[in-house]
Amino acid sequence: MAELPQAVRGFGVTFATIFKKVVTEQYPEQAAKFPPKPRYHGRHQLNRWADGLEKCIGCELCAWACPADAIFVQGADNQEGDRHSPGERYGRVYQINYLRCIFCGLCIEACPTRALTMTNEFELADSNRADLIFEKQDLLAPLLPGMLAPPHPMVPGTTDTDYYANKITGSVPEQVATADAEQVAP
Amino acid sequence: MTITSNASSDLTPQAQMVTVVVDGVAIEIPAGTLVIRAAELLGIEIPRFCDHPLLEPVAACRMCLVDIEGVPKPQPACAQVVSDGMQVRTQLTSPIAREAQEGVMEFLLLNHPLDCPVCDKGGECPLQNQAMSAGRPESRFEEVKRIFPKPINVSAQILLDRERCVSCARCTRFAEQIAGDPMLELLERGSMQQVGTAADQPFDSYFSGNTVQICPVGALTSAAYRFRSRPFDLVSVPTTCEHCASGCSLRTDHRRGTVTRRLAWDEPAVNEEWNCDKGRFAFTYLEQGRVATPLIREDGELRVASWPEALDFAARGLAAAKSHGVLVGGRSTIEDSYAYARFARVALKTDNIDFRVRDSSDEEAQFLRSSVAGTAVRTTYESLEKAPAVLLIAFEPEDESPIVFLRLRKAARGGTRIYSLGAVATRGLTKMAGTLIPAKPGAEASVLAGLTDQVRADLSAPGAVIMVGERIAGVEGGATAVLELARATGAAVTWVPRRAGERGALDAGALAGLLPGGRPLTDEDARGAVAAAWGVDSLPATVGLAGAPMLQAIKDGGIGAVITAGVELADFPDQALGRAAIEAAAFVVALENHHSAITDLADVVFPVAVVTEKSGTFMNWEGRPRPFTQTFKDALVMSDAVVLGMLASAMNVAIGASDVAGIRQELGALGTWTGARAEQPTTPAGQVVDAAYLVSTWRALIDNGVMQEGEPYLAATAHAVVAMVSAATAGALFNPVNVTVTGPLGSVTVPLQIGDVVDGIVCLPLNSPGCAIYRDLGVRAGQAVAIGGAV
Repeated sequence: MAELPQAVRGFGVTFATIFKKVVTEQYPEQAAKFPPKPRYHGRHQLNRWADGLEKCIGCELCAWACPADAIFVQGADNQEGDRHSPGERYGRVYQINYLRCIFCGLCIEACPTRALTMTNEFELADSNRADLIFEKQDLLAPLLPGMLAPPHPMVPGTTDTDYYANKITGSVPEQVATADAEQVAP
Repeated sequence: MTITSNASSDLTPQAQMVTVVVDGVAIEIPAGTLVIRAAELLGIEIPRFCDHPLLEPVAACRMCLVDIEGVPKPQPACAQVVSDGMQVRTQLTSPIAREAQEGVMEFLLLNHPLDCPVCDKGGECPLQNQAMSAGRPESRFEEVKRIFPKPINVSAQILLDRERCVSCARCTRFAEQIAGDPMLELLERGSMQQVGTAADQPFDSYFSGNTVQICPVGALTSAAYRFRSRPFDLVSVPTTCEHCASGCSLRTDHRRGTVTRRLAWDEPAVNEEWNCDKGRFAFTYLEQGRVATPLIREDGELRVASWPEALDFAARGLAAAKSHGVLVGGRSTIEDSYAYARFARVALKTDNIDFRVRDSSDEEAQFLRSSVAGTAVRTTYESLEKAPAVLLIAFEPEDESPIVFLRLRKAARGGTRIYSLGAVATRGLTKMAGTLIPAKPGAEASVLAGLTDQVRADLSAPGAVIMVGERIAGVEGGATAVLELARATGAAVTWVPRRAGERGALDAGALAGLLPGGRPLTDEDARGAVAAAWGVDSLPATVGLAGAPMLQAIKDGGIGAVITAGVELADFPDQALGRAAIEAAAFVVALENHHSAITDLADVVFPVAVVTEKSGTFMNWEGRPRPFTQTFKDALVMSDAVVLGMLASAMNVAIGASDVAGIRQELGALGTWTGARAEQPTTPAGQVVDAAYLVSTWRALIDNGVMQEGEPYLAATAHAVVAMVSAATAGALFNPVNVTVTGPLGSVTVPLQIGDVVDGIVCLPLNSPGCAIYRDLGVRAGQAVAIGGAV
């Protein structure tokens, strides 16, 4: 048999491929079927202690580590009746500019309290620049059962060292009462 | 590192030189030098915490241990004096020194908390840095660290974290040796050693901020800067302090268009490495209450206007008036003051100009024209330090020029005799171990004429200085008597104003009767030379009005239009006259950076730049130019000189350069006057008011000043507002807890304090919270008040 023309031979590859398994993942239709890998560097998250206090102490080490200058932090003093984190200092302003962020993860390596970690969330597109500067409220982890929204005092009888040693298991009724009183007081 | 003036004088060839060898490198240095300085001169860095070149050695931290040949144990380099042939080996060449330093660092870190992420010092911390360079990589300490409650307030402004302290004693030595406020002390022993204050005596020193700056760890922090930012995201710009005539070199740190803090900067000839708390902490005013746009008055109301509209409105208003007056409020840079001086003479064709928005007199003006303006620098900080005797008149250095106080105190510790002529032995005078020459307010001139032979002899010694404060204006015959005393003794007279711009304004010619460079307006040659330089045919030849007579003329309608620049109505001693004058003026143009009572009354308001938004020069009391550059390079606010240039253009007048470089060139070309000077004042000595109680007063460093607004922590460290009287006077009042002092306008009730005061004199702060005596009492220094005990 004479050799088939080259063009027809080329179609052989095409026909063979039709019967092979498809590796293309359809987005967004199949997004749930193919979640990112657990260590994927997605949107950041500001974590909380088990009682709801913020882990962030506003130390700005993440901002210092950032090679893209994407993070802005301003610390402030935890006041009596206005406590956001254990210890003296908390992050009053926390912004990450996702127009700049390169998701390298140096910030989470720098974080001394494990306040900053990265989630797997990657759907960060938007139609304007302003909304891509995430503020603290956009980055804070959701309140889980047993957590109480700050400001509220530390668990009575504990110090910041107990928090850092992970000895806090959840909020206690005294904190609820004080937090309620604080929210009513002003 | 600063080399102290003492050290530099040691470097003169007369000093005996010795040769030491540090790490194998020989150096010849004066005997008496410390080993650590010798190493510095060779570029060898020995780690240290307690060592500070301006403080006496204490060898408290033991970090600088070095190996000295022939000495069995490592020695602290900061306390060891060199000797001839000494062989020193530092950590770079000696394993013994290296091991000793690592051991000390390990001890220092035993109880040091792992606070770095929340510590304000983090990022600029000598302990962090030297733990990396001179410490062990791994900690061997596994026990529980010592814990203190933290932070605690040693004053409203200064916070102390005792866990972080390495007991270097820099703060306590500063407080005792430099500031003379020994309220900080090391307490307890062993691992419980801590810095502390007495329970009833907070560290309310005017210089407390310096301890934060020299603390080598984060143990002392300031409430104002607490957790504000990190050093690595601050932009630092060197600048000059605008708060007083000391002329300190400062560093302004800013972030995102906001000043976050100010630090004392190294200027050995002026402020060494120190500054006062006002210069350090009072900067919130830079942003608060600013005038944002030009405003013009239309139908009785101020409204926002565009620049061209406001300039045209102001030009027409000024042209419509027949006579003009210019009030430059003593805070302007030389360049701005010069622009006012030139604008007044060329555009307004008037000599009615005054920078003294405070108590002033014709005698003072005559004194300034004849003996201060455009004179060569004679008395400096350095010469104060070497002076055999210093006489202070109408001048309280700690409140009115705090860096002068620090240098005088340093001088006094070195043997200078300090005399202060006045009614009160102030806290500052006591700290300088000075002698009060008692004089009732008003009697200063006659007391000056009758000084004791001892004082006269001291002042006759070469290098003696007479320092005259701006309050001399309130003393009739005072300036005359000072000049007479100077002639008789040969002592140098130096005038120390309070505000940063006054000395510069004087030399720039912003005073009636005075042209730039100290030229008397009445001198035809001087006038002609300036007219030629300014490109005009002639300048006003008669000396204009200044001070209270100018205000009176404005009030009476003799002067129609007024330009004000940085003027507060509260600054005028006669506040009713000040307000009445501005209200009566036909047309008021205000060049102000802040909204105030003046801008409320003005017909046109132009916003002008504050010190962070412009370049310029302040001239300090020495006569030393202290130039500074713009902190915020992209600030769009224009300086007074630029606005005046535009205003002149709108009036179809040319007033020359309005940029800083151009004005500096013009001033340089004019130079200083070498011809005949204005005549010295010849005012007879005044009389003491005949009354049971007279008031003695001056402005406290930390008070109601508008440039200290928005700083609650600073305000809380102000000295207590009290009425100070002598024990005899208090006894006559039956020692009440509080007294009510009454003047023509009203009364104030303040706590009574007994002090070293002339009998019958009550000493009150001039403008402090709860006691602003121009406003509340309506009296000035030397005037009569009534006193009664209050509950």
